[in-house]
Amino acid sequence: MDLNKKFTPETWPDNPETATFEAKNKFVGFWLFLGGEVILFATLFATYLALKNKGPAGLEFSTQELYELPLVFVMTMLLLTSSLTSVYAMYHLRNYNFRKMQLWLGITAFLGLGFLMLEVYEFTHYVQLGFTYGNSAFSSSFYTLVGTHGFHVAIGLVWITLLIFRNAKRGLNLYNATKYYTFSLYWHFIDVIWVFIFTAVYLMGVVG
Amino acid sequence: MSSVAQKKGFGAWLWDWLTTVDHKKIGILYLLGGGFFFVLGGIEAVLIRIQLLHPNSDLISAGLFNQLITMHGTTMIFLAAMPILFGFMNAIMPLQIGARDVAFPFINSLGLWMFIFGGLFLNISWFMGQAPDAGWTSYTSLAITSEGHGVDFYSIGLQIAGGGTLMSGINFLVTIINMRAPGMTYMRMPLFTWTTFIASAMILFAFPPLTIGLFFLTFDRLFGGNFFDHTMGGNTIIWEHIFWIFGHPEVYILILPAFGIFSEVFPTFSRKRLFGYTSMVFATVLIGFLGFMVWAHHMFTVGLGSTANAIFAVATMAIAVPTGVKIFNWLLTMWGGSIKVTVPMLYAIGFIPSFVMGGVTGIMQGAAPLDYQLHDSYFIVAHFHYVIIGGVVLSILAATHYWWPKMFGTLLDETLGKVTFWFFFIGFHMTFLIQHWLGFWGMPRRVFTYMDGQGWNAANYISTIGAFLMSIGVIVLVYNIIVTTVKNKRVGNDPWGDGRTLEWATQSPPVYYNFPQTPLVRGLDTVWIEKQEGNESGYTPAVPLQDIHMPHGSIIPFLMSFGLFMAGFGAMFRLETSWGLSLLVFGLFWTFVTMSIRSVKDDLGYYVPKEEILRDMKREGGQK
Repeated sequence: MDLNKKFTPETWPDNPETATFEAKNKFVGFWLFLGGEVILFATLFATYLALKNKGPAGLEFSTQELYELPLVFVMTMLLLTSSLTSVYAMYHLRNYNFRKMQLWLGITAFLGLGFLMLEVYEFTHYVQLGFTYGNSAFSSSFYTLVGTHGFHVAIGLVWITLLIFRNAKRGLNLYNATKYYTFSLYWHFIDVIWVFIFTAVYLMGVVG
Repeated sequence: MSSVAQKKGFGAWLWDWLTTVDHKKIGILYLLGGGFFFVLGGIEAVLIRIQLLHPNSDLISAGLFNQLITMHGTTMIFLAAMPILFGFMNAIMPLQIGARDVAFPFINSLGLWMFIFGGLFLNISWFMGQAPDAGWTSYTSLAITSEGHGVDFYSIGLQIAGGGTLMSGINFLVTIINMRAPGMTYMRMPLFTWTTFIASAMILFAFPPLTIGLFFLTFDRLFGGNFFDHTMGGNTIIWEHIFWIFGHPEVYILILPAFGIFSEVFPTFSRKRLFGYTSMVFATVLIGFLGFMVWAHHMFTVGLGSTANAIFAVATMAIAVPTGVKIFNWLLTMWGGSIKVTVPMLYAIGFIPSFVMGGVTGIMQGAAPLDYQLHDSYFIVAHFHYVIIGGVVLSILAATHYWWPKMFGTLLDETLGKVTFWFFFIGFHMTFLIQHWLGFWGMPRRVFTYMDGQGWNAANYISTIGAFLMSIGVIVLVYNIIVTTVKNKRVGNDPWGDGRTLEWATQSPPVYYNFPQTPLVRGLDTVWIEKQEGNESGYTPAVPLQDIHMPHGSIIPFLMSFGLFMAGFGAMFRLETSWGLSLLVFGLFWTFVTMSIRSVKDDLGYYVPKEEILRDMKREGGQK
């Protein structure tokens, strides 16, 4: 593949993410990987729901006492918006507008970073209250489920940062279009997982 | 490799193998690694049997015995059976679908090295005080209280190896979905490719739960988690569910490729197409699906309630239907065929009664009330060895003889092969048939010794002698491999003379780009069809001769796996030593750096020029 081949919006293919043979492989492989991730999170969710509010006799913390919806709501808004901005980025990817794509991906990363920092704040806050990882079975399953999601966000941030800087000078080609596109798939995936966390952990935790 | 001049010498040779992304070489490395662990697990098995040779034996202490049974089970399932099957999948499946390579050569290599380092990690435990000792299922009521680092070696070692397995699974799936040669529709795929496909799909959905379960276990033991500690609200049944949601599909991940191998061997040596191809495919898919629905039959005695037990009992017994379809198809493939009894065919014929016996005892245990009686007795041991050895190991031995000429360009000796078969086959039945009765007579599973005068002495004695016979069989096989490799008598493309599928259309061993031109597939059993129509090469090209795109080798998979290996030790000794935490951080940092290098360094592969392919073809033509 010629990395230096320059396209115009007219010659740029309609589906750049699957335009080459290698790209098709990556595309299918990544969807399958996400299928595996679904099972991974399903296992974490099942465990969390089984261990929710379970702890030693005289459990110190329960979901109702712990969770604060305003903070989680702001986090949710940040992450959902970042999913939207990554859609804009993909729109510009398809239209071969590299600079706007990079810009929107930058905004996506920025919003994702905001989410992650709020999550770090949330965890630190809980730990200061005494709700540590080893506090109860509930605490272990909470931190593992939400933390695994947070870890995925962090990986996504490193990934997109590397992509943005690596390709800053050379623009779009059919080699990196798939890389950008799979990132956006990944980003939507962790967004969907967060919707489930917001519902199954926080809403169900506060409401009952 | 390419037209660039190759360096010579040991260093260059080693570098070539460490950095290879060629699916055939990776297949050979899987066979080497898996074969090594197979021998290791076998030695552990023989030690177990020696300990049980006589009543009140004190050769091996109870603690060491626990480590032996744990490591025997773990090694055989994760480090021997699966990797050896992966070896054949890697070496043969891309050839069968007429592909140049797998979809992700780099990830293929990463999967291999993660398996190697995970396996080493597990086995280094023998030299660091204590091996895992909570059983291969590592039930957490026992595992979280096990002293020392044994169980940590289990959880971290399996985590590393399991990650590699998941990657390989995705790789095989994409290879089969995207890289079939023109004309190779799904319903023209050889059965071994089909079973690889379904087994890979099962890996994709079965391994993530194992990943999570192992993380829970690691967190509980090393990082203060409480998933399984009931005093802190934890629940050990969660482990059992998670383990078996992985563990039950796992046995089908092993047996389906075994079925695939036999589905190749039967038609080849019956010289007749596979009977009921379509029903074979559907049976494979159905077994794959049902394999996920039955995990709780491992937990009948847990107390899930009679409704749950009934549902899982029925689902379990339902698997007998597609399996029965397969058995009858194999029998009907031989019916009226012109059978040639080669070594692979011997294994295939021996497999049918052996596996049916294992299957029947499986259905017996599928009935929950009977399972209450048989639970944790030697009957269970007999059952699963009948399906795993009678199915998986016999298929591995068959495949070794069947595909050896394709992978290495030389045939294994048939006479020695038959010696191996008879020692192994007789030894196998001698070891495990009697164990059914041992179970009925009340001998519990996992006991390290037993008292005299319970009527178990003779049966245990016979069982151990059988294990010796099996060992002799394996030793003869190793001798066979060494002798034929030294003689190195070269064979042609289709040494069996009756090859049916595409792998027999290329050289033995295949040139690194597999096929000079992508083949055109005109039906099931492509090579057979071509030969019937008088095309002796068994091969019609689909495209004109052109430059071939190939991937570059890379040392990064090796380094990446090594990073995880270091991090594992760091995690384990984090609290006890001054260097533990730094090693953990360093190992993870190492892994992330190598991952980043991979992601920012463009690797576009290279082209093999047309002239070189022509030159290779001419040279090969001269040999034929």
